[in-house]
Amino acid sequence: METDAGEPSFRQSFRRGVRDAIPLAIAVGLFGVSFGVLAESTGFGSWPAIVMSLTTFSGAAQFASLSIIRDGGGAAAAITAAALLSARFVPIGLSVAPVLRGSLPARFVKAQMIIDESWAVAARGGGRFDAGALIGAGLLLYASWLAGTLAGVTGGGLLTDPEALGLDAAFPALFLALLAPNVRKRRLLVAALLGAGIALALVPFVRPGLPVVAASLACLVGWSRR
Amino acid sequence: MSNAWTVVVFVGLATALLKASGPVAIGGRDLPPRFLRLVEALAPALLAALVATQTFASERDLVLDERALGVGAALIAILLRAPVLVTIVVAAVVTALARV
Repeated sequence: METDAGEPSFRQSFRRGVRDAIPLAIAVGLFGVSFGVLAESTGFGSWPAIVMSLTTFSGAAQFASLSIIRDGGGAAAAITAAALLSARFVPIGLSVAPVLRGSLPARFVKAQMIIDESWAVAARGGGRFDAGALIGAGLLLYASWLAGTLAGVTGGGLLTDPEALGLDAAFPALFLALLAPNVRKRRLLVAALLGAGIALALVPFVRPGLPVVAASLACLVGWSRR
Repeated sequence: MSNAWTVVVFVGLATALLKASGPVAIGGRDLPPRFLRLVEALAPALLAALVATQTFASERDLVLDERALGVGAALIAILLRAPVLVTIVVAAVVTALARV
C-alpha cells in the first residue's frame, strides 16, 4: 500500500475503497445469500431477514441471533449475543471517529457503514483512517449483503454453500494482509501478538464477541514509553 | 414467529448505537497525540484478534481445521508480497480444496 504525499480527495478515496472491496463484495454477497436461506429455512421469515440486513448490517450479529432463535434460545439471548458481538464496534468506531465529520445525524449515518472489512480497507497506518475509503467500501459491501439476502430469501436453494468455496477463510486472510504493513514497528507487532493471544485465551471461557473486545486492551502496550 | 421482529428491532438498535458511539461522541475532532498513539496500536491488536478468532475459534471451542491451512497459505502469499486480492483467493481456494 503506498502512502500518498498529498491528501487524496474524498472522491478518490471513495473510489479506492470501492475498488479494494470488490473481491470482498463477492464473499459478503454469498454469505448474504446463506443468511437469507437460513432465515427462510428456520421460519424466521423473509421480511424480518430483509429488514435486518437493511438495518443491522453486521454478518456476525445477524448470523448469531438467527442461530440462537433457531435453536430455541429466545429473543433475549439472541439480542444479548448480538450486542456482545457488536461491542467491538465501540473501539473500531473510536478509531475512525476523527475522520467521520459532519452534523450529528450525518455522523450517525456514516458510522453505519462501519463493518470489520470496510474499517480494515480504510486503515492507512499510524492510527489514521480514510473516511472516503470506509464509506466507499461500506456502501459496496452493504449493497452486496442486501442483494445476497434478497437472493437467499427468494430462491436460495440454488446456492452452493459459501464454506464449501472456502470463503470463510477469505476474511481472516484479508485481515492478515492488512495487518502485515501495520506491524513494522516493534511496539505494534507486540500489540498484534498480544491481541491475538488475549482473544484466543478467552475463547473457551467467555461468550463469542468478547474475546475480540478484550483484545483491544493490547493497544495499551508500550503506551507510556515514547 | 413474533420473536423475529423483536430480534430485528433490538439487534438493529444495539448494533447501530454501538457503531455510532465513537463517531457521535468524538465527531470529526482530532484525537490528542497520546490517544492517536493508542489508536495506532488498536488497529493491529484488533486485526490480529480477528485473524486469530476467525481462523481458530468455532463458537467457544478452539479448533484446528481447514481454515488454518487457507490462512497459512495466505501468510505465505503475503510474505511473497502477493497483492491482497491474490492473498484472499489463495486462502479461499486452499480451504475449499482441503474440504473436498
